[in-house]
Amino acid sequence: MTELCDLTATELERMLRAGETSSVEILASCRSRIDAVDDRVKAFLARTDDLAVDQAAAADARIAAGDAPAVAGIPLALKDVLSTAGVATTCGSRILETYVPPYDCTAWDRLRADGSVLLGKTNCDEFAMGSSNENSAFGPVHNPWDLSTVPGGSSGGSAAAVAAGEAVWALGTDTGGSVRQPASLSGVVGLKPTYGLVSRYGLIAFASSLDTVGTFTRSVRDAASLLSCIAGKDPLDATSLDTPRRDYTERLEEGIAGLRFGVVREAFGEGVEPGVRDSVRAAVDRLDGLGASVGEVSLPHTDYGLSAYYLIAPSEASSNLARYDGVRYGLRVDGSDSVEMMTKTRGAGFGAEVKRRIMLGTYALSAGYYEAYYGQAQKVRTLIIRDYDAAFAGFDVLVSPTSPTTAFPIGAKVDDPLAMYLNDVFTIPANLSGTPAISIPSGLDEKGLPVGFQLTAPVLEESRLLRAANALEQAIGFDERPALIAAV
Amino acid sequence: MAVEIDIEHVARLARLELTPDERERLRAQLGVILEHAAKVGEVATADVPPTAYAIPRSNVLRPDEPSASLTTEEVLSNAPDREGDRFKVPRIAEVE
Repeated sequence: MTELCDLTATELERMLRAGETSSVEILASCRSRIDAVDDRVKAFLARTDDLAVDQAAAADARIAAGDAPAVAGIPLALKDVLSTAGVATTCGSRILETYVPPYDCTAWDRLRADGSVLLGKTNCDEFAMGSSNENSAFGPVHNPWDLSTVPGGSSGGSAAAVAAGEAVWALGTDTGGSVRQPASLSGVVGLKPTYGLVSRYGLIAFASSLDTVGTFTRSVRDAASLLSCIAGKDPLDATSLDTPRRDYTERLEEGIAGLRFGVVREAFGEGVEPGVRDSVRAAVDRLDGLGASVGEVSLPHTDYGLSAYYLIAPSEASSNLARYDGVRYGLRVDGSDSVEMMTKTRGAGFGAEVKRRIMLGTYALSAGYYEAYYGQAQKVRTLIIRDYDAAFAGFDVLVSPTSPTTAFPIGAKVDDPLAMYLNDVFTIPANLSGTPAISIPSGLDEKGLPVGFQLTAPVLEESRLLRAANALEQAIGFDERPALIAAV
Repeated sequence: MAVEIDIEHVARLARLELTPDERERLRAQLGVILEHAAKVGEVATADVPPTAYAIPRSNVLRPDEPSASLTTEEVLSNAPDREGDRFKVPRIAEVE
């Protein structure tokens, strides 16, 4: 049965204004869903029940007074790498198990000011490093579509929470695909905005030149609404772009007649599951009927992008994660001197994947190897950007599968890091180039698991990206729900 | 060919304690990952400039005005150990 917690934020916003429901009721619906399924899904690391009740009541008062922004009263979940004042923020890591931030990240600060209701913090791969959510120190998240499979990662908890009706929408972070890939595997909409459009202030850093805050929603319109609240210049983040705050829902229904779509040739080759290929091809076939033109385009350095990413991201991570030294916050393991204390603390506090990337990055940046690895990877980054410049000279929007596969069994790839990294081959280029990209569900494969369709637009063309995704979403008409929900 | 790495040296640079098992696993895994990563050298020719940030910005300035900041208590609230208003750590320098 469809309950309040299963509706889109847009529909709930309408109902709230029409007096058909209240934020307190919507919150209760989400909480009862969490109670019913989260012992199996394990999307949440912490719930903020007391806080949420107060926020919902306050939102109801604002709505009654006719002074409520679009996001007011709609329950939200936040990935646990986004800092929340007074609420533990662990990054899925033992090293930050007891950390309570003294300040809010800007994205949540803006949502809170607009009357958002925080359900809790969601599970994720440790420090957002992973593609399956199996790297969380607090256990894996289970995909609501098939509990024996992964929800994708690293923002797996946020994706699963939205897919299972535990949250109406959620924020995640996307450094190499960590919003779009789990959105794809979990059958929801995942938006990675242009690098710098949403402030990174309070996003606990993984790879600073690639990190973005993104959204998980049940519709493209919801993504536009949520983005409108969190986007725009923030003086607290020096890499934040000089963009004014605006309403991204405004031009959503203008259609895509005349838009030129480029189908990325490299994204349909070896390693892409037939079920993924067929579903995405079928979605591409709908574009003609919508008045758009479709052609083939090449991003020739796609494979090199993967190699470059697995040098650049670990290099930046090894530098960023140097701050976990047992001095100012987090875990400390005693040692006879400061160096021994740091070394033992980091050895005990970090999990296997984080250690792997710290080692990889430290090596790639070390004397004698810097130029051969990090320096060369930065050149490949230039080539990726040139690929996009050439592609966008002939096309307005690029399309591809989001991920080569649908959800895979928990445990299937944990012993093979390279196979795990290949999950991100189609999502990484947008991080290297800063371009906005979105994953929307295109259908189910033969196993009944969701397939994701990725659209990419030029830097700061979110409006065009969302307009295209909205038109396709309506044409596809994906309305499947995980069996888990029907059984509640 | 898989790349040979001095794991002990890199772990020392990273201030990261590793068990013998972890060292062995990382030696094998990093070798394979770096072999794949070294592909960047195939296309990164001398005439291609490096990119550090996709959307470069420089000299991002703000007015030099005092504003609110965290209190000392807030800053120290997560400290594993403290003494008064300071973070306390084990000895750093050798004692004569």
